[in-house]
Amino acid sequence: MKQEKGKEKRKILVCAGTGCLSTGALSLIQELNQEIEAQGLTEQVTVVPTGCHGFCEQGPTLIFEPEQTLYVQVKKQDISEIIDKEFKQDLRIERLLYQDPLTGKKTETFANTNFFVKQERIVLQNCGFIDPENIEDYLARDGYKGLMTALKQKSPDEVIEEVKKSGLRGRGGAGFPTGLKWSFCRQTHADKKYVICNADEGDPGAFMDRGVLEGDPHSVIEGMLIGAYGIGSDEGYIYCRAEYPLAIKHLKKAIKDAEEAGFLGENILGSGFNFKLYIRAGAGAFVCGEETALMASIEGKRGMPRARPPFPAQKGLWDKPTNINNVETWSSVPHILRRGAQWYTQYGTEKSKGTKIFALTGKVNNTGLVEVPMGITLREIIFDIGGGIQDNKKYKAVQIGGPSGGCLPESLLDLAVDYESLTSVGAMVGSGGLVVMDETTCMVDIARFFVNFSQKESCGKCTPCREGNKRMFEILDRITQGKGQLEDLEKLEKLARVIKDSSLCGLGQNAPNPVLASLKYFRDEFLSHILDNQCPAGVCTAFLSYHIDNELCKKCGLCVKNCPVNAISGDKHTPYSIDLETCIKCGICVEKCKFAAVVRSGKE
Amino acid sequence: MEWLTLTIDGKEVSVPKGITVLEACRQHNIRIPTLCHDPSLTNTAACRLCVVEIEGIRNLPASCVTIATQGMVIRTGSDRVKEARKTILELLVANHPLDCMTCQKMGNCSLAQYAYEYGVSGDVFQGDKRELPLDDSNPFIIRDSSKCILCGKCVRACQEEQVNGVLDFFARGFQTQVGPAFNSKLAESECVFCGSCVAVCPVGALTERQMAGKGRPWEITKVQTTCPYCGTGCNFDLNVREGKVIGVTSNSDAPVNGRMLCVKGRFGFDLIHNPERLTTPLIKKKGKFVEASWDEALDLVADKFTEIVQVHGPDTLAALSSAHCTNEENYLMQKFMRAVIGTNNVDHCART
Repeated sequence: MKQEKGKEKRKILVCAGTGCLSTGALSLIQELNQEIEAQGLTEQVTVVPTGCHGFCEQGPTLIFEPEQTLYVQVKKQDISEIIDKEFKQDLRIERLLYQDPLTGKKTETFANTNFFVKQERIVLQNCGFIDPENIEDYLARDGYKGLMTALKQKSPDEVIEEVKKSGLRGRGGAGFPTGLKWSFCRQTHADKKYVICNADEGDPGAFMDRGVLEGDPHSVIEGMLIGAYGIGSDEGYIYCRAEYPLAIKHLKKAIKDAEEAGFLGENILGSGFNFKLYIRAGAGAFVCGEETALMASIEGKRGMPRARPPFPAQKGLWDKPTNINNVETWSSVPHILRRGAQWYTQYGTEKSKGTKIFALTGKVNNTGLVEVPMGITLREIIFDIGGGIQDNKKYKAVQIGGPSGGCLPESLLDLAVDYESLTSVGAMVGSGGLVVMDETTCMVDIARFFVNFSQKESCGKCTPCREGNKRMFEILDRITQGKGQLEDLEKLEKLARVIKDSSLCGLGQNAPNPVLASLKYFRDEFLSHILDNQCPAGVCTAFLSYHIDNELCKKCGLCVKNCPVNAISGDKHTPYSIDLETCIKCGICVEKCKFAAVVRSGKE
Repeated sequence: MEWLTLTIDGKEVSVPKGITVLEACRQHNIRIPTLCHDPSLTNTAACRLCVVEIEGIRNLPASCVTIATQGMVIRTGSDRVKEARKTILELLVANHPLDCMTCQKMGNCSLAQYAYEYGVSGDVFQGDKRELPLDDSNPFIIRDSSKCILCGKCVRACQEEQVNGVLDFFARGFQTQVGPAFNSKLAESECVFCGSCVAVCPVGALTERQMAGKGRPWEITKVQTTCPYCGTGCNFDLNVREGKVIGVTSNSDAPVNGRMLCVKGRFGFDLIHNPERLTTPLIKKKGKFVEASWDEALDLVADKFTEIVQVHGPDTLAALSSAHCTNEENYLMQKFMRAVIGTNNVDHCART
């Protein structure tokens, strides 16, 4: 075993996605390279900066190839020890191995972590394993073979047929069948057609598309090429939010390399098919993720949605037939062409085929990017892959589908994750944000947060969305401040009904979903706020009050020292007390007290 | 022309193919409220007041952008539709200054009219209100953004009719506003003060400055006339109250110009009652103008004209008249020159 290792050059895959870059991956890469040189191992080891490994909670992460040893939360000072032990002594460093939060067991390889075992990585298969800025790495993992299959073996109609057969549906949220969408655009007669990649990922807590763009940009380009060939388009745009500078950098490099390699441009692979691809950076409006607003933005106009029909397949960018899919959808396409629709349909449920990437965040142990087969249960995602709730707290809800989705309670944990079942319970697959909440989360506050997001991001064009969501936010805000009234719930429901019914675009139509779902599954929390003057989760400060339990108080005075508004008084002779008029309910005294003598109560 | 059969509110009706549900309803005298719709502008489906229920469509589509199709079953007055429209009006009214008593638009305000029809009061939704500074930087248009309901008609009129593109939306969500670039005042913008925006505003957000406080719609008589300022032949309505012209409003039925006017036609009427206008003839005596009676002045002119014509011939005379006169006076002037003096030497300041 040891001898074999010596023969081939080993790789250290360093996650250099945005998440790990923020926790110091760049300095790790420099340090690794220096140390490898210092220890004279340059012939044996290469450091490869890769896209996101997905295991963001544990970042920065290193994977050693070929054994797939995974080191987590690596620091700069670990590097010399890593190089020495790993490459000179063939020893593992126990403390850098991942520890399962539920069992406490250490896991050696990436593939054996609970985080990875239940995943099915198709779109993410290259993410974290290739250098995204190196086209050779992509080619070495069957890159552009899907395109070759399409161009050399299939007619455009056959390409569309294959995608139809695969059952692939739009991963941007709505779940429209991709092949069918393509066929609409193909059928429209026009001298010019466009394909667009919607990379304007904007849901709070969602970063699936960023992961793919940063980690495997060629897969998106290849998917777009296949789609353009099927549809009959020779020009494409990737609309990527400007807040993803690394994604844009990698895309630019990938486009340049693909052009040089003859995958983009004129007469691609000698097939007579031409395709040019451009990047447009969005200026940070959430609504530009809506396809008609996105096209307006590419045209240089204010990003405002327009009424459909006409659908983009008839009249899209610059009034030409246009097909828009999101990053993940495009990125799924090469795999389908390369390995066949039949192969793809083995994953997923009857109506929702394939896999879906979720950005698992919130109060879960293993936050990060996970790709799972459609039909997996929420419980499996949160508890098996996610490793359960942080700090052994109790699960309360999971917000799925971003600001257009809904919060689902424990009773729905065994729900299969697919387009139909999520819609039936008032949530949606959405783009794939999965925010896990524990018992310390107030559901009224969460509903308020998401409605606030939607109302701020409303383009302002249609009345129900612009004015209605603002009023929903104000009502929710009043409830969290203890000024709610019972009829507010009816008002919320009426507003939600009208906004959903009469808004112009998907942003407005779905903005009330978090409120409706919360009212459905967590109505008692709303009632507690309104009727009992209580925030059961202890989040809404209006309901909180603090007092000092003098039996527990040791009169150390730490609370007095730390109180930012001097609301606490007392000394060795006088019992300590908090002046509730002055208190701003920041909770610092609770944190500082070593004797748990400061008591926070949720009731006013 | 191909005809379609639709069912609107239980009644079967025939409409020509290609029209919208809104047009179909209006052709059959079914009232549909609209704030952002205008027959001569593109439809943006922004106000959502024209929503209807259509069988087979999940949400309530805006009728102004929904093309009627064969067999469509439309309900315009269901509880669901009424609730949506009423709520939309409640939302608009909740964010509108309710100073209707002093608003120039009172009596001619679409929002007030629909609020009245749907029984909407301003107290359903309490919260923030848009409070924005008044733009009265220019002599022609008062722009009160606090009253704006963001229907976007002014934006489209400016872009699509005048093709100036001075106005557009800016900011997002509840903060959204309409205004010139960088939210400058109209006087500092590229605005040419054609007033097309004022003509389409359904509320009191854009009003004619000169008409402020001068008259209510029900006190005003509209007198259609042709603009004297140039040869284009634009028509508009003089707004007359108690024998005085208080303003000009455009008239969509005007054959040449429709609703479009230029700054002079729409806002240049103040000369009519300008106190500096001459009210008596003046005769220059010893290098100075001296007031004279009509008899004295007319006698003088008649004598001089007669003399010149007799001595030098009629073509030595020419007349130049002015757009500040009425069309009738200008007509009489050329008639006088041709028939009485005997020359075709006539001209007018707005000939070009």
